[in-house]
This record gives sequence, structure tokens and C-alpha cells, in this order.
Amino acid sequence: MGEFFTSAVLVSTVASGLRLSTSYLFAAIGETFGQRSGVLNLGVDGIMLLGAFGAYYTVLNGGGLWLGMVVAITVGLVMGLAMAFTSVTLQAEQGISGIGFYLFGLGLSDLLFQKLVGTPLPIRGFPELRIPLLADLPVVGEMLFSHSIVVYAAFLLVPVGAFVLNRTTLGLKIRSVGENPEAADTLGVSVAGVRYFTVMTGSALAGLGGAALATELGIFQQNLTAGQGFIAVALVYFGAWRPVGVMAGSLLYGLVASVVLQLKTLGIIPRSASELAAMLPAVLTILALVVAVQRERQPAALTKPYERGA
Amino acid sequence: MRKLIVVVAALALVAAACGGAGDEAGGGEGAAEQPFRIAVVAPSAINDLAFSQSIYDGLVAIQEEMGGPTKVELAVTDGTFVVEDAAAAIRDYAAQGYDLVIAHGSQYGTSLQEIAPDFPDVSFAWGTAGDTFGLPNVFAYEAASNQGGYVMGVMAAALSESGVVGIIGPIEVGDAKLYVDGFAAGVKAQDPTVDVTINYTGSFSDVALAAEAARAAIGAGADVLTGTAQMVVGAVGVAQEEGVLWFGTQADQTQLAPEIVVASQVYHWEVVLRDMIDLIQQGTLGGEAYVIDLANGGEEIAFNPGFDLPADVKQLGQDTIQGIIDGSIVVPAGG
Amino acid sequence: MGTLFPVAAVLAALVVGAVMLLLLGASPAEGFAAMIDGAFGGPRELADTVNKAVPLLLVGVGITIAFRANVINIGGEGQIVLGALTATALALALPDWPAVVLLPLGLAAGLVGGAVWGAVPGALKAYFGVNEILSTIMLNIVAVQGMNYLLRGPMIDPAEIESGSRIPQTMRLPPATDLPVLVPDTRLNLGAVIAVAAAAVVYVFLWRTTYGYRIRAVGLNPFASRYAGIDVKRSTVVALTLSGALCGLAGAILVFGSESHRMVTDGSTTGFTGSAGFNGIVAALFGGLHPIGTIPASFLFGALLVGANRLQRVTQVPSALVIALNGLVVVFVVSSAIWKRRLEQRAQLEAVQTGDQAAQTSLPGDVAPAAADPPGHESDTDDG
Repeated sequence: MGEFFTSAVLVSTVASGLRLSTSYLFAAIGETFGQRSGVLNLGVDGIMLLGAFGAYYTVLNGGGLWLGMVVAITVGLVMGLAMAFTSVTLQAEQGISGIGFYLFGLGLSDLLFQKLVGTPLPIRGFPELRIPLLADLPVVGEMLFSHSIVVYAAFLLVPVGAFVLNRTTLGLKIRSVGENPEAADTLGVSVAGVRYFTVMTGSALAGLGGAALATELGIFQQNLTAGQGFIAVALVYFGAWRPVGVMAGSLLYGLVASVVLQLKTLGIIPRSASELAAMLPAVLTILALVVAVQRERQPAALTKPYERGA
Repeated sequence: MRKLIVVVAALALVAAACGGAGDEAGGGEGAAEQPFRIAVVAPSAINDLAFSQSIYDGLVAIQEEMGGPTKVELAVTDGTFVVEDAAAAIRDYAAQGYDLVIAHGSQYGTSLQEIAPDFPDVSFAWGTAGDTFGLPNVFAYEAASNQGGYVMGVMAAALSESGVVGIIGPIEVGDAKLYVDGFAAGVKAQDPTVDVTINYTGSFSDVALAAEAARAAIGAGADVLTGTAQMVVGAVGVAQEEGVLWFGTQADQTQLAPEIVVASQVYHWEVVLRDMIDLIQQGTLGGEAYVIDLANGGEEIAFNPGFDLPADVKQLGQDTIQGIIDGSIVVPAGG
Repeated sequence: MGTLFPVAAVLAALVVGAVMLLLLGASPAEGFAAMIDGAFGGPRELADTVNKAVPLLLVGVGITIAFRANVINIGGEGQIVLGALTATALALALPDWPAVVLLPLGLAAGLVGGAVWGAVPGALKAYFGVNEILSTIMLNIVAVQGMNYLLRGPMIDPAEIESGSRIPQTMRLPPATDLPVLVPDTRLNLGAVIAVAAAAVVYVFLWRTTYGYRIRAVGLNPFASRYAGIDVKRSTVVALTLSGALCGLAGAILVFGSESHRMVTDGSTTGFTGSAGFNGIVAALFGGLHPIGTIPASFLFGALLVGANRLQRVTQVPSALVIALNGLVVVFVVSSAIWKRRLEQRAQLEAVQTGDQAAQTSLPGDVAPAAADPPGHESDTDDG
């Protein structure tokens, strides 16, 4: 066990945990916006996959990483539009329509991948971006400030998201629509408009998260996300609909997964226990919530479609 | 409610009236010969650069060898990770009169055991496994992946300067375990002082986890890596980034990282498929258990021509291959 | 009239599917003919459809309970797996017991396994405020890892270790646990009867017992229910437990009725469940969130899934298309509920106009609206 607590190992564990958290974070922050306005989107994983494929395909065909990100965001916006239409205008049962979008994204991304790409070739992701001065700090420098730009972007979303939600008029509208759509409506806020906005933004971020994953890994594959989108949705609940809380959840999940990997590599966790260890991120996330005993109420209108006069 | 039941019942009646018991899905093009019809059911995508791709590549090679799509008709149902769906697919292909139905997934075996007796005129093949259940119309095929693993393990130990080699695996079962054990044995045989770190991530599909597992291994000092299953593409990507060497299995993974892939153990299922088809055409529908290994050419260590492999290491590898073939080196299996 | 909307939705999804087939170079006509043939074309096909529908029905019926209690249960996948594991464990532990005892016991074990896996998120929500969407998603992950661990470790077939092949599967389960085949030469098994019976039992429970009334009341208005002395927390736990139990039963039936009569894993939950944990929710919605309505709904959904697989085999399009199609159907069906609601609202308005007392019922409620309803609308008439 002593081998684990060396500086080198700890540094790489934390760095690894941050990287693992990144794609959860994009999607989870996006989902936070949607849920704050009262819409649950369980299709995040499918949208991430479509965004991932979009980015991968773009880069593979020479479009470059930035264009790839744009494509992923666009794909996310389109899917978000469809999701918003389904949940807000058609008032479909949100939990389930989300699953439908998930299956659709899962299937379509794989279908396009098989038909348009065939045998996969690797792509190059964003290079490591060392933040001047900070990256040279001992220990912390390697851990926190020597990542690729997508990692920084994901974590930057947290204060940006918190700011928008808590300190802007837009954020106020979003929150009011999620808490009390009737009141918001009478005050002249377009409930549907706000929800369309948040769902589309959330989906765009999910697409971006998928793109981040694909470019970081440098490849695409059937079911690349392997359920990360669902974990991202779960983390929104963990974070009590606050971006900082969501970040805490993402970090918890990512770091525990990273520690488990490290302990397996060092042989501290025996192979016979490898599945039990793989359960740990999920179990600890639940336990953390139990222990924290938050009484944060969810947005009152979450999953409830709004109809004026209904 | 009642309306729904009526609609459903009506649909069912109409369909039952219209449909027969399943049409022939295509067939010979009129003229002299009926093509040899092969169907394969596989659990993952056929472009996964691993398990399912290997059988697909083998079938395509056979098809070409035997004269193309007019001589060999190929039907593929991939991505069938739901075992009951696979069972239904196997049954259906058999009922549609395919000559050879391949169940390419060890999890399909137990279903095949029940299905095969119902279709005594159809030949079935089960991979990767060695059990034909004593049935006359079942072939079994597997890969002695531990052999190629051993050879590459030997080379890995010789190439490693840091004295640490890393292996990334999915779940400790079946073919994955066989390969990993073989590789580790090879490393130790070549140089017992080399440290082997084995990490089973717990998933066949989590690419991100595999990538981080590779990083963890590199962090522990590994300068040579290997791994098995489709999620391993993540690990290869990391290896490429960090300049660490990679050995691949099940398919030629050179294109994933042309600079650092040393060699891949490529499966050539055609070697056994050829034999199976011959037997079937002569009237023997099963009963043989095949193993592809280094000796029969079913497994090939494909060296990456773009990688500058020191001549002595290459010689070491080839000597090991020869040793396994002539029996002087025995590769441990299972355990 | 309202029940035609989901059917229309399915057809709409299939139209999109037809476009996708065209783009892939396949013939939609050939494809859909294959689909219908694959689902209904003969006794074997019908049996496959029914067998596919069975877990959908059980999961769906469980969902009708959970929804009535205003609880979303997306933990079905994990609960199915747990039920299968407990049923398998019991069967392996008592190999010599006679079928008449072992089979019901095994199914009961499945019920219990799933119930536990539903009770945990239920209790976590009721007593610790842990949202059930989070806990069920996490528990799905725990379930799959647990399954992989058990099937490659303690529960693995000893023959696998001996032969060195290490396939993560159990021994062949005692034949006493084989679900009897109802129609010779098909695979239609007793599971179908059990599932329908379960639907009937749940209907009786929800509509004819006081406790069932309470569960439905909680869903309609948790505040008023609490005022009336109904323990909302308890109801939440019970609803998730019951829903989980039914999923667990589905898992047991999947194992006992499987082609191979063993439990085998490919490393994922969907490999075992076939996404029944999710599709069952759709079947429930399709059936109007009514246990009896879920019967034809799951039959149709099962037909769709089985037929789509045949479509893949005949047209040779990548099976990813089938998954995408599955998703489309789900989205379209779920979206179609609004037309049904509008229709019902219209009917009610008309009834008010004409003074037709009998037609003025409160909304049967596809979606259980809670706080939106003012208290006093609890009068829930019998849904046919």
C-alpha cells in the first residue's frame, strides 16, 4: 500500500481522475441547465455518442479539431431541438423519451460509423496545454495544470454555469421556470422558450462532451461512451442541481475510478476482486449522498410538462 | 383497451394468413450451382478491430478464395450482445437453410447446444471454444491465443528497458484470460526479473477506462504494453501518445499507432474455415474441434514493417515461434 | 380511439425506418414484410414474440405500480439481473428438489432478488432523500459488476475451470427449473402465463385493495394523501420494491426459460436483459399505464423487436439500425400520448356541454400529475 502513496503515483492518479471526470462534467453541467428549468433528459448518452462521432468523422476527414467541436455542438443542438420539441411541446413523458433518444443515438452513431468509416483510424486530439508558471509548480503543476484544453474547458464551465444560473436574469428565468412555471408565465417569461433554450444548450454540451471524449481517446467505437451519459445525469442529482455540486460529483466518480485503476495496476487490489473494485465509484457516490444528507429539494416542476391554464 | 386488443389480434391474423413459415432468403442464381451459404452471428461490431472483426475478415477471405459472392453467400448479424436474440438469430438462419451457421461468441455455446439437434442437416460452428457437445453437426473453433501471447511476451521482456510490462484486460474470462496468461508467461520466461502488471478493467467496452489503465501502467514504469478486447483502442492511443511500445492481438493493430506497434497476433480463421467447409461439402457436418495456433498458420505474428525492431529481438521472437511449433517450448494454458 | 395513437406512432416511426432502409440500399418493402413475418409468420415466430414480450410485460406492470406512486424506476435492468442471479443461485443450491417445488421457489427467489434491488433505492429515497434516478443508475452498474464477478467466480461452471475455457456461465440448471413448453415445437413457455397472471394480480391489487388505492392516491397528490394519513415514504418504498420484484421475476423467467438453461454473461446488463428494463417502461406507457393494457402493448412491442431482428437478417443492414429503430419507436410512442390527452380533454369538454354526467370522469392519467391538481380530484373511477 505504501507504493500508492508516492508522489508520482498520487500525481498521476489525480491527473487521471480529472481526465475521466471531463466528459461527465460537460454533459452533467448541460443537464443541470435543463433540469433546473424542469426538463429531464435521459438521452444524454446517445447525444454524446452522436457528438463524438460527428467530431471524429470531421477530424478524420481533415476538418480539424475546432471544426470537429463545432460539428459536435451542432449535432447536440439538433438533438436538443428534437428533445425539447418532444418534452416541451408534445409534453411526452420525459424519462422515457430520453431513453428513446439514447437508443436512437446509440444505434445511429454506430450505423454511421460502420457505413461511413468502416475500419477505424486514430485521430490526434488537442495537445497538452501547460499553463505557464502554474504548470511548473511541484506536484500540483502536473496534477492540475498540464492537461489538454478540453479538460480546462470542462472545469471552466462550472463557474460559468454557476454564474449564469445564479447571477443573471437568464438564470433567474431558468430557475423560476423550473420552480414555478405558472408564476413565471404570468410574469411574462416564456416557459417553453426557456426550456427549449436550456435543453438545446444542455444537448450541445453533451455533444461537446462526446467530442471531448472521442478526441481525447483519439478514436471512435460502437458505444464509445459506455454509459457515461447516464452517470452524468445521475451526477446532476448528486450535485443538487448546482454546478459546483455537480463538479464535486464528477470528481468523486472520476477520482475513485482512477484510484481503483491505480490500485489494480500496483497489484494492491487482487485480480479476484476486480469487479468488486469496479463497483466502487457507483457505491461511493451513493454513500456520499447518504452521508451528506442533503435536503435540497429538486426543482418543483422537474419532469412536469407545463401547459398554460392546465 | 379493447380497441388495442382488437387491432393487435387483427394484425396477427392478417400476418399469419399472409406469411408462410419463412421464405428462402435468396438462393442460387438459377444456373448450375447453389452458392455455399454461411451465416455468422457475432456479439460486437464487425469493425471492432478485435473479436468480431477477426471472424468477419476470415469469412471475407474465404469468400474471395472460393470465388466471390456468387459462390459463397455471406450473411452477418453483428452487434448481437443479447444472448437470447443471438439464439433466435442462429435458429432462424438454420431454418432458412444456411449451410453453415457460425455462432461467434463463447456466450452463445449453451444455446447452440439446444438448437443444433433441431437442425440435423445444418452445420454449426461455435467459437471460441473447444467443445462440440458430442453433436455430429457442431464444429468448435478456438484460438490458442496464449501462444502468440507468449511469443510477444518474450519479445516484450527483451525490449523493455524499464523492466516493467503492462497488460490491460477486460474481464478475466475466456479468450482474454488465455491471452493475458500466455503473455505474462512469456515475459517471465524470457526474464523473470521483469515486472508484469495486469489490470482487468471490468468492461469490454469502456474505452476511457482502458486509456487511463494504460496511463496507470505507464506511471508504474511500464514501457511496453499489451491488451485485449475492443476497448483496448483507448490504451493503444495512450501508448502512441506516450511513446510506449504496443503488442496487439486478434487483429492487426498497426494502423492504430504505426510508430509504436511492434507486432500483432493476427487471427486467420480462414485456416479452419476452409477445412470446415470442405468437410461439410463432403457430408460431415461437425464433430471437429479446431484450434488456430502458430503451427497451422491460423495465428500469425504480424510484425509492423514501420517499426524498427532490433534484429536480435526479432530473431528471438521467431525462435520462440519455432520452439512452440516443434514443441520444445510449452506454453502454459489456463489456471 | 385514443389507443390508436400509439399504433399510429409506431407506424410513423416505421416510416422513418423505411427512409433509413432506403438510404442503406435496402428495400423497405422486403424489410417490413420480413418484419411482419418474423413476428407473426408462424407458430415459432409467434412464440418468439410472446417470449420477447414476457419480460416487457412484467417490467411494464411493475412500472404501472411505480408510476402510480409518482416514482420513476429506471433500475429495471439491474433488478432483472439480480432476480436472475438469485433464482439461479437457488436452483444451483437445490439441484435435487422436484420441479413442483423448485420451480415456484426459484421464481420466488427471483421476486425477492429484484425486490431487494428495488427496495434499496426506495429506502434511500424515503429515508435519506437520495433521488431514485441517481441510485437506480448507480445500482445498475453495481448489478452488472456483481453479475460478472459471480458468473466468472463463485458461480462458474466447474467444467469451465477444468477445460480452461473460462466462459462466464453457470452449470446447466437442474431440469426441474426448466419452464415447461406450452406448445410443442415452439419455445412458448410457462413464463407467458405467469406474466399475464402477474398483470391480473397487480390489477386487482391496485384497484381492489385499500393499499392499492393508497398507492394510486399518493401518485395523484402526495400532499393531500399525507393529509389523509397515507405514509408517502412507505408508499415510495413499497412501490419501488414491488416494481423491482416484478423485474426480478422477469429475470428468473429469462434464465429458466432460456435456450441454454444457464445464466451466462457477456459483460453487460443488456446482453442478458435485451434492454427489457427500458423497453418495459415504454410498453407500460403504450398500455396507458394500466396493468391489463400493458398485455397487448408488450405483445406489440415484442413483435416489433422480434420482427426488427428478422428484418436485419433478411435485408442484412447493420443491426445498429434495429437499435436506432427501437429508439425511434420509443420516442414516437411516448410523444403520441399528447394527442390522446387532447382527445380525452375534448371529450370531457363536450360532456360538460351536453351535461353528460357519466362521461365526466377525472383523467385516467397517462402521467400522474401531482401538484398541478387541486386537492379534491381523488375520485378515481374504475378504468376498464
